[in-house]
Amino acid sequence: MRHEIVLVAVALILLIAEIFTSPQNKGRIRGLAIILFAINTIIGFFPATTGTLFGGMYSTLPIHVIVKNILNIGTLIVIIQSNTWLKNEENKNKFAEFYIVLISTLVGMFYMISAGDFLMFYLGLELATIPLAALTAYDTTRNQSAEAGIKLILSSAFSSGIMLYGISMIYGMYGNIYFDLLNPAIAMNSLTVLAFVFFFVGMAFKISLVPFHLWAADVYEGSPVNVTSYLSVISKGAAVFILTVILFKVFPTISDLWQKVVWVIAVLTMTIGNLFAIRQQNLKRFLAFSSISQAGFLLLGIIGGNEMGMTSIVYYMLVYIFSNLGAFGVISAISNVSGKENMDDYNGLYHTNPKLSLTMMLALFSLAGIPPVAGFFGKFFLFTAAAQKGFYILVLIATINTIISLYYYLLIVKAMFINKSESPIPYFKSDSMTRLGLAICIAGIVITGFASGLWEMITKVAFGM
Amino acid sequence: MGFLSLLVLIPTITIIAILFTKGKEQARLVAAIGTGIQLVLAGILVWMYLSERSAGNTAQMLFTTDFVWFANLNIHYFIGVDGISVAMIALTAVVLFAGIFASWEVEFLNREFFISLILLSTGVFGFFISLDLFTMFLFYEVAVIPMYLLIGIWGTGPKEYSAMKLTLMLMGGSALLLVGLLGIYMNSAPAGQPLTFNLLEIAKVTIPIEAQRLFFPLTFVGFGVLGALFPFHTWSPDGHASAPTAVSMLHAGVLMKLGGYGCFRVAMYLMPEAAHEMAWIFIILTTISVVYGAFGAIVQKDLKYINAYSSVSHCGLVLFALLMMNQTAMDGAIIQMISHGLMTALFFALIGMIYGRTHTRNIYEMGGLMKVIPFLSVVYVIAGLASLGLPGLSGFVAEMTVFVGAFQHADTFHRVVTIIVTTSIVITAVYILRVVGILLLGPIKDEHFTHLTDAKWYERLSTVALVLMIAAIGLAPLWLSNMIQHSLVPVIQKLSIVTGI
Repeated sequence: MRHEIVLVAVALILLIAEIFTSPQNKGRIRGLAIILFAINTIIGFFPATTGTLFGGMYSTLPIHVIVKNILNIGTLIVIIQSNTWLKNEENKNKFAEFYIVLISTLVGMFYMISAGDFLMFYLGLELATIPLAALTAYDTTRNQSAEAGIKLILSSAFSSGIMLYGISMIYGMYGNIYFDLLNPAIAMNSLTVLAFVFFFVGMAFKISLVPFHLWAADVYEGSPVNVTSYLSVISKGAAVFILTVILFKVFPTISDLWQKVVWVIAVLTMTIGNLFAIRQQNLKRFLAFSSISQAGFLLLGIIGGNEMGMTSIVYYMLVYIFSNLGAFGVISAISNVSGKENMDDYNGLYHTNPKLSLTMMLALFSLAGIPPVAGFFGKFFLFTAAAQKGFYILVLIATINTIISLYYYLLIVKAMFINKSESPIPYFKSDSMTRLGLAICIAGIVITGFASGLWEMITKVAFGM
Repeated sequence: MGFLSLLVLIPTITIIAILFTKGKEQARLVAAIGTGIQLVLAGILVWMYLSERSAGNTAQMLFTTDFVWFANLNIHYFIGVDGISVAMIALTAVVLFAGIFASWEVEFLNREFFISLILLSTGVFGFFISLDLFTMFLFYEVAVIPMYLLIGIWGTGPKEYSAMKLTLMLMGGSALLLVGLLGIYMNSAPAGQPLTFNLLEIAKVTIPIEAQRLFFPLTFVGFGVLGALFPFHTWSPDGHASAPTAVSMLHAGVLMKLGGYGCFRVAMYLMPEAAHEMAWIFIILTTISVVYGAFGAIVQKDLKYINAYSSVSHCGLVLFALLMMNQTAMDGAIIQMISHGLMTALFFALIGMIYGRTHTRNIYEMGGLMKVIPFLSVVYVIAGLASLGLPGLSGFVAEMTVFVGAFQHADTFHRVVTIIVTTSIVITAVYILRVVGILLLGPIKDEHFTHLTDAKWYERLSTVALVLMIAAIGLAPLWLSNMIQHSLVPVIQKLSIVTGI
């Protein structure tokens, strides 16, 4: 419970500080937010007590602690990266709200992760989603941003409805909603299958799995860059984790069924996400589709269904946070300075901004799964998890998809390193916070793969079906 | 970390050192020193290996270091060498060293060029010393990916297209390979025992035949793509033609050998039953590679395309020889890898030098070069003669051994394909002599060419080093043969149980 309490405390301190600071000193809140959140992240690593609360509604296991810490690190990077953007004139009067809303979504995710029954899970999910819609509409002066907010809130309300329907069927049949009690009770019958399908479709909306992905691209493009990065990394990671937990804990008895579903959805998600990504020019849209296909890869860990599967998911989440936030960090740095977000604008970037280009290349290679950076290890372990259960054809499709993804990641590398441009983005020096954010990402990308200790730490606490 | 790890460590240190250099002069000097040390190291390794063997050490792998990496998956950083890998490492060091001097005059972004080139070689060295399939695969991909930048930035002609084609096809190969390796891993131990990526451990168990049938083709084709196996060779002509000189040298000379080495060390060693069953399919494909590559070279006008197709043909011969599965032919296959590596590196170096002077690679626009740049022309003739298998040079030893080995099979199928493959000797002679005739002899086509200057000191250094090696293998093949023969035994043993020879 400590993770949540500290987070709420951070949000409250920021709220009070916002009220009692004079307008000319408001800028200090940004620094305060970063410091407080860094402290929160560090506190997260202190040994935590495990156990359950509220009669089993809420539980803390070591794996939850690890996932929460990973999400904390990711959010810290997002907060650091958004510092420059929040300095803008237009955000002058509302940047404290950004932090508070952001932190409340994270609190929601934490409750969702630790949920021991469907009610807590649903509460957490909604707490995470509704403020997110506010964040996507944060650029109040831009039509696109407002559109993104509406799209997110409508699609998530719709999917929540579907999911609740599934959950209520389960309650109707088995008379309770606790994961632990449902585990032995769930049996294979048509109504359970229907309930499962409703539940899974709802989750697929949240994680933006194909064919429930179409909201993602518009929302990602419309939101401010830093919110997009938060959406595509943190909120997706949390949702994938809880989906894994529920599939492993509640539905192991019908695993033959859901493995088939996940198999098909994984293939569709990877392939269609990739094929759409090839055609994108706007980098935010581009990364939106690429993150759809990355979610498809995560399903390979779910289909593995054992400790190895869960470990590889959590491990990949960590790798993915560093890689994707690295890429978004570069995009946001460039967009802050020049307002440019299209791939053509990056032509010849290496000649004017070599360090940013190298960071981008590293992040993209990590996303594509090229050794020796972390993404390779993450993908390799996901594939191993699926191969352990004998899903070789799925692994083959996935590896072929990594090649397709490599193609479009290389397109950006090509733009930066090979293409010539009449008017490249001029040289600029990023401020210290941007550089700090990118430095954390680079360190993560380079070190995570080689640090086998991390992997073993996660393995020790992971559980399977 | 052990002596062998230095082979990976030195290039890495060189890369970091180049990052801190200023200006073109310093960068290339550091690169030359780093690869020079690497060359010395490779020399010491050869010497150490030979003295260990003559001291009676009969272990399959020498100088092994084992370092647990991901304990619960049983992934180790496990390295060691036998005669074949030592020979390959020596080849890589020589070609890399020559490649640095061949790109002495790179102007554009020259630090980045050397960094990418040495990063590529790090992958190659790492690949040859790895005995753990995970580490091996990791280094394999490290060796492939810098090619994209090397061709895309510093290449010529349709470089972006070629770079993308090459990278995607090779990574496509590695996608198949990854599934193959995972399949091997999942069957690497009897039920209940911990699974392993350790090559030597896996060799002790027999992988179930159903699994072998599934994963042998994946692994073989996965490596085969890099070894220019027909019909997956199409990256090779475009890629080699667009690549800058040093990259063509390293890629055709060394990187394509990763394919042959991997087919031999992983696919055939670990899955002999399936290898025996499916050999006929791949024998037919490699036969096509050999003959088609040679015919392809006849009709090309661009010097680099000619050499690229000739590489397809020669690398096809390597795989063909491996699939013959007897001592003599496999011996020949390894010698062919070394010989082709040196020869083709020399070719590409010369083509780069000629192109740097004449600014064209079209053979019909040149002529009579023998009169203006005699040194380079003579070396070109030597390389050509090695390629067509003149006795006294390395090509002859390799091809002779391969064909003798292939003829040991008495059945009709093997006889027929062997005879078809031997015709490549004649076709090779046709395209080599045709190029020599048009390019070097005859009247000087263009009066500007009369002002050309002959090789500079660093060009002489890199070409002479390669010529000496080619001649050394041609005149005294026994040394090389002795070094690799002992190392072939474990593989041959596993295969002979199946083939019943």
